[in-house]
Amino acid sequence: MSPYLTSLIAILKREALRFVRQRERFLAALVRPLVWLIVFAAGFRAALGLSIIPPYQTYITYETYIVPGLCGMVLLFNGMQSSFSLVYDREMGSMKLLLTSPLPRWWLLFCKLLGASAISILQVYTFLLVAYLYGIQAPPFGYIAALPALLVAGLMLGALGLLLSSFVKQLENFAGVMNFVIFPMFFLSSALYPLWKMAESSRLLHDICALNPFTHAVELIRFALYAEANFAALGWTLLATAVFLGLALWGYDPVRSGKRHTG
Amino acid sequence: MKSLSILAALTLSTTAVADEIWVTNEKDDTVSVIDIETLEVVRTIEVGERPRGITFSKDHSVLYVCASDSDTVQVIDPESGEILHELPSGEDPEQFVLHPDDRRLYIANEDDAITTVVDTETRKVIAQIDVGVEPEGMAVSPDGKIAITTSETTNMAHWIDTETESLFANTLVDSRPRHAEFIKEGSELWVSAEIGGTISVFDVETQEEKAKIDFEVQGVHPDRVQPVGFEMTAGDTHAFVALGPSNHVAIVNAETYEVEDYILVGRRVWHMDFNANRSLLFTTNGVSGDVTVIDVEKREAIKSIKVGRFPWGAAFRPTGS
Repeated sequence: MSPYLTSLIAILKREALRFVRQRERFLAALVRPLVWLIVFAAGFRAALGLSIIPPYQTYITYETYIVPGLCGMVLLFNGMQSSFSLVYDREMGSMKLLLTSPLPRWWLLFCKLLGASAISILQVYTFLLVAYLYGIQAPPFGYIAALPALLVAGLMLGALGLLLSSFVKQLENFAGVMNFVIFPMFFLSSALYPLWKMAESSRLLHDICALNPFTHAVELIRFALYAEANFAALGWTLLATAVFLGLALWGYDPVRSGKRHTG
Repeated sequence: MKSLSILAALTLSTTAVADEIWVTNEKDDTVSVIDIETLEVVRTIEVGERPRGITFSKDHSVLYVCASDSDTVQVIDPESGEILHELPSGEDPEQFVLHPDDRRLYIANEDDAITTVVDTETRKVIAQIDVGVEPEGMAVSPDGKIAITTSETTNMAHWIDTETESLFANTLVDSRPRHAEFIKEGSELWVSAEIGGTISVFDVETQEEKAKIDFEVQGVHPDRVQPVGFEMTAGDTHAFVALGPSNHVAIVNAETYEVEDYILVGRRVWHMDFNANRSLLFTTNGVSGDVTVIDVEKREAIKSIKVGRFPWGAAFRPTGS
């Protein structure tokens, strides 16, 4: 077997094992969007107002609107959590062991990213299943079409986590980073409210939301879930993935980090 | 070129055979025609001022529209969209119903507190019947013997004997009755009350109220739950009821009189009509200016189609008519 494949399988196995052993984490990841869906959305149902925006063909309830955003939320939190585990790994030494492998570092990090995204996607589908039983149902084909969208979005957010973990050296600093990254990213996006609604109160906020790569990830998922392609959102999400991944690899570059250690 | 002309012919033939829903736009003085196949507006026809009530003759060869502010009922050729002539409707006609004889129109004159009966062939007024203040809802029994006018301010359903064209009973309903329908082969009369928030069910034989249907939409203030227009599914098993500014349509079981479901539609849903096999329902949403299409079996809104400003009434026109 190719060493590349061996390392991919080994890393995926490790991610899966970590996932199986941390069932509480899985539950927590599921409870978070469900609380938003069932409690928060109920309170905001009347406040959102009504308007038909693509990909929707008719009026929808607020619960229906926020489901793709909450899928994005699962991916966002997991991307960050996975980077948190990288910082932990680095402190505990297992990261060093992984990165001393003769395989290229970009491949190892990509495998790690892929493993984390696969776990995230599993959680998203569990959330979608609960949402389905709760009565929020997308067209059947949408659940298949959503898979590539979730993968692209998961990779983008995982790459962002990787990037953050390359610059954050200590666990203690990580909580702050999460607050400064997760919350603005989530709230300044189309996850909870459509952009036209944002534009009504502030043009600047609307523009920030429109630039936020998380908005594009959410829109990519939203359209895919309704069996429609949103190429603009796909392009922006892929671009963000490439930029985050490039910067993360640069951050993890042994020559660079070696220089810093000696310097 | 040849293939183009074949394509054009095919398109034309598709257009010609597609069933349609005709919608009056109260503030645009127009009628929008929706193609049921494509679910798109294919024609917009200019009509008189403030068009509201809309219905076709039995063979769908002519269209009748209440042009309320023009104080007339317009008779329109649905093929050309041309206004053929006008009927003497009395002042401010709002709603009407065509008698099963396909000849007599019973028209509610909102400002005059009368119901006008017009012969569509001779174009003459046959009778004017005094009813309560602000008459609106109109219905006629399937056997044609009874006509109903509901009056918004008097809060009554007035029962008219169509032989003598005179009232033979008046029954109280809840506040501001808007719409009436005979169902179950004319054995029951349903009357919706907008402010009362109910539908009263009457036994036609005795003219006595036998049930009352209440509505409650989750997350919507009860004052905004205002039943207006309603239509029955095939076999009169269920009623779809427009609930005005609550922006929902209720599905009522016609046997148990219980509400089974609510469907979110556009703003201030008012009236509605079905397609030929009653698998699709088209609701007019006044404030949002669109028509929501409901899949009746799935009980799901599938699309909302932009029409003119303040769509009010809807009428179905079948293939090839």
